[in-house]
This record gives sequence, C-alpha cells and structure tokens, in this order.
Amino acid sequence: MMWANPFRLRRRGVLGMNRRNIDYIGRYNDRRYYPLVDNKLETKLVVRNAGVTVPELLGVVRTQHEIEFIDVVLEPFRQFVIKPAQGSGGRGILVITGREDDGFRKSNGDVWSLRRVKRHLSNILSGLHSLGGRTDVAIIEDLVISDDTFGDLSHEGVPDIRLIVFRGYPVMGMLRLATKASDGKANLHQGAVGVGLDISTGRNVSAVQFDRPITHHPDTGARLDQIAVPHWRELLTLASLCYDVTHLGYLGADLVLDRRRGPLLLELNARPGLTIQIANHEGLVPRLSRIELLEEHSRDPGVRVEFAMQHFVHHPYRGQQSLWESDTPAQGSTG
Amino acid sequence: MTERGPFLFLVALLATVGAVTAVFRNQEYGLPFLPGAQTTVWQVDAKIEFRATGGPTQVILTLPPDQQGYRVVNEIPVGAGYGFSFEESGGQRRAHWSKRNASGDQTLYYKLELVADDSAKGPDSGTWSRTLNRWDEPYQTAAQELIDSVVPLSADGLTLAQQLIQVMSTVPVNSNVSLLLDRFALPTLFANLLASADIPARSVQVLLLEDGRRRQSLIERVQVWQDGEWHLFDPGSGPVADTSDLLLWQTENPVVLEVIGGTQSRVTYSIISQTRSAFSLTRAAEPGEAPALSLYSLPIEEQSTFKLIMLLPVGALVVVFMRIMVGVETSGTFMPVLIALAFLQTELVPGVLSFLLVVAIGLLIRSYLSRLNLLLVARIATLVTVVIGIISVFSILSYRFGFAGGLTITFFPMIILAWTIERMSILWEEEGPREVLVQGSGSLIVATLAFLLMDLPTVRHLAFNFPELHLCLLALILLLGRYTGYRLSELRRFATMGRV
Repeated sequence: MMWANPFRLRRRGVLGMNRRNIDYIGRYNDRRYYPLVDNKLETKLVVRNAGVTVPELLGVVRTQHEIEFIDVVLEPFRQFVIKPAQGSGGRGILVITGREDDGFRKSNGDVWSLRRVKRHLSNILSGLHSLGGRTDVAIIEDLVISDDTFGDLSHEGVPDIRLIVFRGYPVMGMLRLATKASDGKANLHQGAVGVGLDISTGRNVSAVQFDRPITHHPDTGARLDQIAVPHWRELLTLASLCYDVTHLGYLGADLVLDRRRGPLLLELNARPGLTIQIANHEGLVPRLSRIELLEEHSRDPGVRVEFAMQHFVHHPYRGQQSLWESDTPAQGSTG
Repeated sequence: MTERGPFLFLVALLATVGAVTAVFRNQEYGLPFLPGAQTTVWQVDAKIEFRATGGPTQVILTLPPDQQGYRVVNEIPVGAGYGFSFEESGGQRRAHWSKRNASGDQTLYYKLELVADDSAKGPDSGTWSRTLNRWDEPYQTAAQELIDSVVPLSADGLTLAQQLIQVMSTVPVNSNVSLLLDRFALPTLFANLLASADIPARSVQVLLLEDGRRRQSLIERVQVWQDGEWHLFDPGSGPVADTSDLLLWQTENPVVLEVIGGTQSRVTYSIISQTRSAFSLTRAAEPGEAPALSLYSLPIEEQSTFKLIMLLPVGALVVVFMRIMVGVETSGTFMPVLIALAFLQTELVPGVLSFLLVVAIGLLIRSYLSRLNLLLVARIATLVTVVIGIISVFSILSYRFGFAGGLTITFFPMIILAWTIERMSILWEEEGPREVLVQGSGSLIVATLAFLLMDLPTVRHLAFNFPELHLCLLALILLLGRYTGYRLSELRRFATMGRV
C-alpha cells in the first residue's frame, strides 16, 4: 500500500505535523524557552547545573580571532567533537577520533589538516550550519565512546537515543543508528536507522530507515531485533529531568551512553520529529492524551518515569488499547 | 491559545464582512465581479532622438488631440533628467521637456495608450487657419483657373475636394497642376487650393495603427469641414472612407516636433496592440467616479503596482495550502511567491527556464566559492554580484540572438536568487543532491501553481477591484492555520502505519 488511509491513521493515534505544531508544540512550548534549547552551549550549561550529565566541555570558540590559536587549545586532546552551538539536524558536527602526523583523523578515516579544521570553525562561526544562517559559536567537547552493548549496531558515529518527553513524562523512545547513507550522522532524514524502543523495558520494537521497516542494519548487517538498551531507567530519568530545566512541555531529548560515564544528554529539541512513531509502529496521540488526562503531575522525575514505564508498554497487537483498559502495571521494568 | 468559539467567530466575521462589502459594492457601484469583455489597447511609443549641442535644451512634441473613435487611457512621458510639462498651444496639447544642460545623443519617449471608443468625440467646432490668402504669380492665376474649372462641377466642399483630387491626378497632367506641383507639395497644395475656394480645410498628420510596426512616421492628409465634422482626404487618391485605423496626431500646429538646443532631431513611432479587460480601462480613465477611499484614487502608476501587490495574498494562500494540506517542501517559505510574481512578468516557460539556468550556473560558481573559504556575508554578496553578472550576460546574448524572452529575466529579484543559490548549495553539501532536487522542484511547483492562479484574469480582477475579498482570503488562511489533520505527504510517509 502506497498511501495510508487517513481515518485508519487517526484511529491508530498517529500524530501529524499540523496537529503536533498546533496542539502540542504551540500549546505546551512557550517560545521564550526556545533559545535555551536552540543553543547547545546554553543547554549544556543550564542542564549541567541541574544535575544532568553531559559530554565534558573542552572549549568554546566565539570569535574568528580565536581560531588562530585553536591548535593551542586543542593541544591536550586527541579525541574531540567540534559542533555549532545552534546547528540543526546534526549539521556541521566534526568528529575527531585521533591525530596523525599531518592532522586530525575524522571518524570516517579521512585526515583533515589544521587549516581545514580552522576553515570548518570559521564556517561554524559565520553561521553556515546554523538555523537561519545566524552567526554562531563553536563548541569543542569530549568525544563520546559508545557503550559496548551497541557493538556493531552503528556505522561510524555513536548510536543515540531520542526520547519524546511530554510534560515531564517520557512517552516514546527510539534508538538512532548512523548508516553510510546518513554519513555517520544519527539524522533520520539523511538515512539513519531508527529503532523503536519500548518505554517500559528499553527493548527494541521495530526498526525503520527512510520511513520503511527494516530488520537488519543496512551496512553492518547487525540484527535489529535483539536490542536492549542498558541504564534504561537512568536514561528516562535524565530526559524527564530536562523538562524541569527547560519548561518545554513537548520536548525531544537526545541522549547517548558513554562507555565510561554512562547516560549523557547531547541536546534538546523543541520540535522533535514524528518518525519515532513509525519506528515504534505506534501513534503518539493516545500516550499524549493519557498524560493530558492526569489530574496531578508529579514534580519528581522518578515518579513520572515510573508512571511512564508502567503505562507505555508496547503490545504488538493490542496496541494502544492497554492504555485505556486498565491502570495496572502491565509489565515489569528493567534497570 | 484562543478558544475555538471566538476563533471561528472571528473567521466568520472576516469572511462575512469581506463578502458583504464586495456584494454591496457590486450592487451599489456596479463593479462587475467578472473582468468581462477584453478590449484591444493600442500602445504607441513616440521616440524622439536628437543630438544636443551642449546647452539649455527644450523639446516640444505635439500630442494627438481629442478625436472621434479613439480615447487616450494612459500617457507616460519618459526622459531621464528632463523636466516635463504639458502645455496647450494653438488648440493642441503639447509635451514639453526641458533641461539646463544636455549634450550628446538624447532619447526621449512619449508613451500613449489608446482604446477604440465609438463614443469618443472630437471638438465640436472646426477651427482652421487660412495658411495662404494670396498666391504669388504665376501661381495665383493657375490656382484660380483650377478652382474655377472644378467649382461648376461641385455642389459643396466635399464634392469640390473630390473634383480637385480627380483633376490633379488625371493623366496627362493639367498644365496648371504641374506648374503648382513644382512649387508646392501635394498635401499643402491641396489644402491651399481648398482654402482659396473658401472651403474650410486643413492639412493634418495621421498615424497608421498597425500591430508590431516600428520606426513609423506620420502621414500627411487633408481634412475638410462639412456638416459639423471633419472629413479626411488623401490628396493622392480621394476621400478616406475608413478612418478606424488612423490616429489623428497633428491638426492645429504645423510642427510636430520642435527641438531647441539640438540638431538631427527626429521622431519615430512604434505601435503594438494588447488585449486587456475593458473594465480595467474604464476605471483607469475615470478615477473620479470611484468612491474616494479606493485604489482607483491612486495615480495610474501606483495602481499598476497595487495590481501586483494585491495578488501577493493569493500566492501566500497557495503556499499555506501547499505546506499545510499537501506538505510540499520548499526552499524558503515564501520564496515561491516572489518567484511566481516574477513569472507574472516573464510568462511561465521563459521564466522557469531562465530561473533554472541562473540557479544552475549560480550553483556551479558557488561550488567554486566554497573553496575560497569566505565568510557567509561576503559569500552572499559575491553571489549577488555573480547573479547580476549572469543575468547581464544572459540578457545580452539572448538579445543578440533575437530571443526577446531572455530580457525578462531581470524581473527576478536578485537577492532572492542569490539566497536561493546559497541555500541550495548548502543543502547540496549537507543533505546531498536529492534534497536539493526535492526542495527545488517543490519551490518551482508551488511557484508555478501560485503563478497559474495569480495569472487568471478573474483572480487579477477580483484582487484589485475587490480588495475587501482579501478578508475572505484571510479567513481562509486563518482556518488553514488551525487545521490539525494529516498532510497529503504524511499519508505516504505513514503508509506502513496505515496497515493493521
């Protein structure tokens, strides 16, 4: 079938772009909080104070002049990531995994000279990768080393976990795996693989690439039906905590699992995409409505996560019915 | 977040006010809802060329008088750096350009738009001046003999004129006629002979209206006054029965063009015909009739600007619809409307072609620029300059090869083109050529749709003559802005979810 029946989509509670913009982003995201999440540097500094773990900040380049001395700044580090503070969709992110005699080795094996890196920094500052071409600052942060669990799940790049947090409750999750097509970026638009995750367990539900279901990673061939994300409750709690910091009711939180430091928050998104529904083979609307129906909201992220893990259970065939039939915990949770 | 009730009330209010006002104006002022019949408009450009001698310069061009059969709907004098005024002299309007200091080759234009109008009338009384009362000998005798020979054969002025022409064109040529023709040009002689016979007559100059003619000159004719109107004669052949394609240009003043402070002056005429809505012309011609607070009260030039401006909301509606209901991705939200606006000037096919060409060449050059390691602002500025370069070369080449469509490319907003190229180029680098194709074709599709809608005569007519309908448009846009259903593209995107 090439086209979906809109009435069936509606019955399944699939959230469309227009409804997302009006009923959720428009209603629950106050615009004045946008600048915080649109700027990764600010996000980083603010959530860090609230106790959210983030990749270590190694340096910030704010002016073209500072680029001249970047080699001094980078001197102590062998592995690092340079990214624009206001970049979107993984644009302008430069991942350096090591040093060679004649420069820096990128994650895909290419070697970039110092001059090339400087040019990249200059582009970032002049706003090449930023929303609306605004002038920007470049962040240099520690490279995240992927957790061993993910092994060969990703082609280059670290798999990241996207969680939709609605009014502080994690409602849906997805693991994003970079592919050759996505050029090492975890951006679904560019061809990264999305694996839907069961909120109650952190286990895979189904996987998609380019909005179509798949079973194996297109490049590494790894099976996508045996995934269980470790530190799941911790990840959910971290994402849930971001709501209290940002005051954004409809939030996308991008997290990674670092081998040494565990769950880290990469960035936040005030307009998270909708493909997560395809990866989960489930619509967002019933879960969002379930949260909207709550009469009392807990201020404690732990309580909210517990609620979410009890209620947002994936049942391949029962689908959303479980939400409404009973309030009893459907399945245990794993840590 | 406004509640549903007040929102719907606002929408209904806007739509009702718009619709009611439109209907009211339709009933009260008789503004038709449809553009109605199309009329042919003649565009006449009088081009004045001369070489200024380097001092105060004055140029006076005699303008066509009010006349039967044609009505002037618009006139625009063009002369960069010249002062301009209309003046009246000897019963005819004249255009007067002046400049303190002019040197070198000068070109001035007087652009005139006319429509055929049977109700148009010339002046009620015939005025004419006797150009010559007395002839020198031997012409006096010859002329008198000639007149005496035709008077008995005629009943009135018209028949006398007819007889005169017959005599003058008879072969072998009458000796009196050949004597007179040695001294006078045929039209002058004819007018003078009629004057000597006390027939009210004058020599005039007319312009033959024929579509697509360039570098035309005025033709000399003679008018004879009888029964309260002027009758046109061709001194070489006889009365001109069909004057429908003749524009009377000069009647009173003997000189059509006067240039003071210049040499080698001449005036040539080019003529084209266009089809336009008859209604728009009536309005343009009679702004006094329209209600005070309306677009008609603006000068003609501003009106034509507003004709474009009032179309913008229509294009915006198309963009909103395509984005919210269909889900077409475009590069730059409202860029397609600006492109559509440019298409209105260039026509669709040349517009699309030249747009693609400029963007393609721009992308090539931009790929080189990306190697130069420039700051963003400088890169865009470079691109603007390059785009202007491309457009100049393109225009010159297409003009050289006689392809007039190429010239219209200048209607594209340069900055928009430069930004488009920049955005496309970044898109190419970061998301690959596929995304460039998707967004580029999305923009073109939306622009084309907007153009097709904005180009409809009815839409143009309504947008300009019923500005209040924009309230209805606004209501529609507001409604679309609250549409929470799926986009057409999402039905594809979520195709797998549609299955059970």
